[in-house]
Amino acid sequence: MNFLPHDVPLTWYLLLSAALFSLGIVGFLFKRNIITVFMSIELMLNAVNLSFVTFAHQWHAVKGQIFVFFVMMVAAAEAAVGLAIIIAVFRVRATLSVDRIDLMKL
Amino acid sequence: MHLILFFLFAGFCLAGAINLLLQTHPINSALSLIVVMTSLAVLYLLLGAEFLAIAQIIVYAGAIMVLFVFVVMLLNAGREERTLGSRAAGVIGLPAVVVLLALLATIILHTHNLGASSASQPITDTAELSAVLFRDLLLPFEVTSVLILIAILGAVALARLGNGERTVSK
Amino acid sequence: MNAIIHHEFIIYAHLWLIPLAPFLGFLVNGVLGRHLPKWLVTTVALLAPFASFSAVLCDSNASLLPAVETLPFPWLNLPGLHIDFTLTLDQLSLVMVLVVTGVGFLIHIYSVGYMHDDPGYARYFSYLNLFLFFMTTLVLAGNVLVMFVGWEGVGLASYLLIGFWFQKPSAASAGMKAFIVNRIGDFGFLIGIFLLLASFGTLTFAEIATKLAASPAWTGGILTVICLCLLAGATGKSAQLPLYVWLPDAMEGPTPVSALIHAATMVTAGVYMIARFHFLFDRSPFALSVVAIVGAATALFAATMGLAQNDIKRVLAYSTISQLGYMFLGCGVAAYSAAIFHLMTHAFFKALLFLAAGSVIHALGGEQDLRKMGGLRKKIPITFWTMTAAVVAIAGIWPFAGFFSKDAILYAAFLQGNGGKVFWFVGLVTALLTALYMLRLWYLAFFGESRSHDVHAHESPWSMLSPLVILAALSVCGGWIGIERFSAFLSPVLGARTAESATPHLELYLSILAVAVALEGWLIADKYYRRKTERPAQIAAALPGLYKLLFNKYYVDEIYNAVFVRPLLVISRYVLGWVVDGAILGGAAWLLGGIATFGGAILQRWQSGNIRSYAAWLAAGAAAVLLFVFYTSIGTYLGAHGIDVHWMGR
Repeated sequence: MNFLPHDVPLTWYLLLSAALFSLGIVGFLFKRNIITVFMSIELMLNAVNLSFVTFAHQWHAVKGQIFVFFVMMVAAAEAAVGLAIIIAVFRVRATLSVDRIDLMKL
Repeated sequence: MHLILFFLFAGFCLAGAINLLLQTHPINSALSLIVVMTSLAVLYLLLGAEFLAIAQIIVYAGAIMVLFVFVVMLLNAGREERTLGSRAAGVIGLPAVVVLLALLATIILHTHNLGASSASQPITDTAELSAVLFRDLLLPFEVTSVLILIAILGAVALARLGNGERTVSK
Repeated sequence: MNAIIHHEFIIYAHLWLIPLAPFLGFLVNGVLGRHLPKWLVTTVALLAPFASFSAVLCDSNASLLPAVETLPFPWLNLPGLHIDFTLTLDQLSLVMVLVVTGVGFLIHIYSVGYMHDDPGYARYFSYLNLFLFFMTTLVLAGNVLVMFVGWEGVGLASYLLIGFWFQKPSAASAGMKAFIVNRIGDFGFLIGIFLLLASFGTLTFAEIATKLAASPAWTGGILTVICLCLLAGATGKSAQLPLYVWLPDAMEGPTPVSALIHAATMVTAGVYMIARFHFLFDRSPFALSVVAIVGAATALFAATMGLAQNDIKRVLAYSTISQLGYMFLGCGVAAYSAAIFHLMTHAFFKALLFLAAGSVIHALGGEQDLRKMGGLRKKIPITFWTMTAAVVAIAGIWPFAGFFSKDAILYAAFLQGNGGKVFWFVGLVTALLTALYMLRLWYLAFFGESRSHDVHAHESPWSMLSPLVILAALSVCGGWIGIERFSAFLSPVLGARTAESATPHLELYLSILAVAVALEGWLIADKYYRRKTERPAQIAAALPGLYKLLFNKYYVDEIYNAVFVRPLLVISRYVLGWVVDGAILGGAAWLLGGIATFGGAILQRWQSGNIRSYAAWLAAGAAAVLLFVFYTSIGTYLGAHGIDVHWMGR
């Protein structure tokens, strides 16, 4: 690859995206607070957004960026509802630890 | 110039993400995530997506993360407990993640014909974006707004106080 | 029902009526008998054998024979094997079915009186009719398989009737013993049927005979094996060595049952079967020798055992075994008509003997021990005189029936080539013993001082006496048809009688010798059981070992028990019971259940409700899917459709 001081190969953006995605999965697996788990999910979504934007830049496809826009919207809605659920669960179970919320029935 | 900016903000991204994992208090994790979001916005700018960069900051960092911080403070979340929980997460999950990462990396590195980003490349301006959004993809746009309306209703229904409850948190 | 008839005559009863009438009697009395009044049960029960007998009489026109009837639907219709329900009436089966239905009818009449007070009255007659149904099927069968149905059926009926008073443990086990020992013989019969099918491809008697006649040089080999297997079946059913042990115990059943099944009809099925297969046995001299040896040995063996028995019915049982030995001997020297002749006369006098014994037992209120009888001559005269006729007949004294048939067999044995004279001599000794023990029975029961105290002996009712009188008449004149006319009648089926001997009057000399031997037996019996009645006890005391051996029937039952029954029980309980049933089968079932439970227990832990575990499996699944897509043929498929997936390997 050409190493010019002004050019960043798109491959590196994609690698960054993959790394962020993996870190998001690791967070989902190992964090014990529900809210932190949720944040890891948001991290994964952002990683995917980055790769979308990269490819939109590659082929100069505006639709790629619009897809990112929609992902953002859906992520916002999801965050709102998800946090509302967490509040409802907290009211009953009085705990935010993922390991203690393991019954389908509250 | 792009290169230096890329290295800087990519570094911030990774640092923020790793910090999210390493912190035990959720508020610290939230703040790290805000750092990640903001760095990503800069990266979007480097890739020529100006609208998206601003939208990222306004929507993600400005609204969603604020919501997260609100909830953390509302529920008075404390430090995480060291419970044992799941052995499967470590035994099965970690190798899976490693495999996934390796696979993605291999694929990405073997892809030819990927270009580069440079200052000379045009930035997608908002007019171009909105032209596509409000003309070709008008229906999805409207549907998305309905979706957000539903989300609002759902959030209110789930989180409001029932009969006889005086406070959200104990 | 459209039965296919070869001859169309005005007065001709369809063959299938003969078994059908008793079967209907069985159904009616079996299902409804308990609720019907006694006179109706009796009427139904007597109507059935009467209808059969009448049908047989209608068909007795010799010019009609052989008549073959096949039911319009086949039994087995496979490529290479076709079996129908075929009934055949030829001279041989005519003789048999006349005896079966005729004597059977008389015994039904007798049973009306004998079983009058029994609570199982209707059940008894339904079983008796069932027996008649199967026996007529056996005799009228046109192919081996239908005969086998009848064969098994009479075994079943015999079991049901021996164990009729099933609350008595001895009766129940006697029934089981009969059935099991019969089964052992039937196993040989079945093997014989399989071999027949393999060798001839057909099971119809006529077709087998035709096939054999087409190849006159075919002797020995597989035919001998078939004959020996069939002989095994006949041995079981006809109570020959070594499968005779069930017949003495079968005396636990009601006396008319003993008369019908174990004297006149069922036990003769073996003899009938050998005569029916005569064309097969003729091709195997070895098998014929075995038949003769078995018959002669059984005759002598059983006669010796009859000498020491004290139960009146046991003596008659051993006598039956002995006379059946005579019939087997007759078949063994290829004198089939003589054997059938003896079968017929034996049916008359043996049934009479049993029925008269039943009358004696009835008169004494249930006493069966000879040592407790005596002096009944004046008290039950009709029974006495009819029984006398039977005893003289069985002793083989001219001009009673037994003389002619026994003489025919002994003459044929004498003439036979290899070893015939030995068989003749054994038969002669057996005749002496037969006369001896039968006359002993006669003297002990009817003569001397009455040893039965407190019992008022009374004559039986006329329902019991009339069959006795008819059978007595038959015992006197049943043999007057003579062996020449008889075998001429049977010759279309059994072949012509063997040539006469060179010496003229040989037959006359042998007959005189036989009668003299029988009279000698009478004299001995007279001496020991009428005049010097204390002598038998002295002889028994002087030869304790011999007496014990005879009295305990040579300990055969005990030997069988130790050699066969005990080991089988041990094997059943421990090997089959514990090992196979418990360990293997139970273990297999437990294993299957265990696998399911164990698998379930493992899988249950997967559904823990723990979100992190679920997430881990999700990630693993995603990784697997991606690997699968990128490294297998899915990738090629996608690539062919313009989606380039396979970067690897370049």
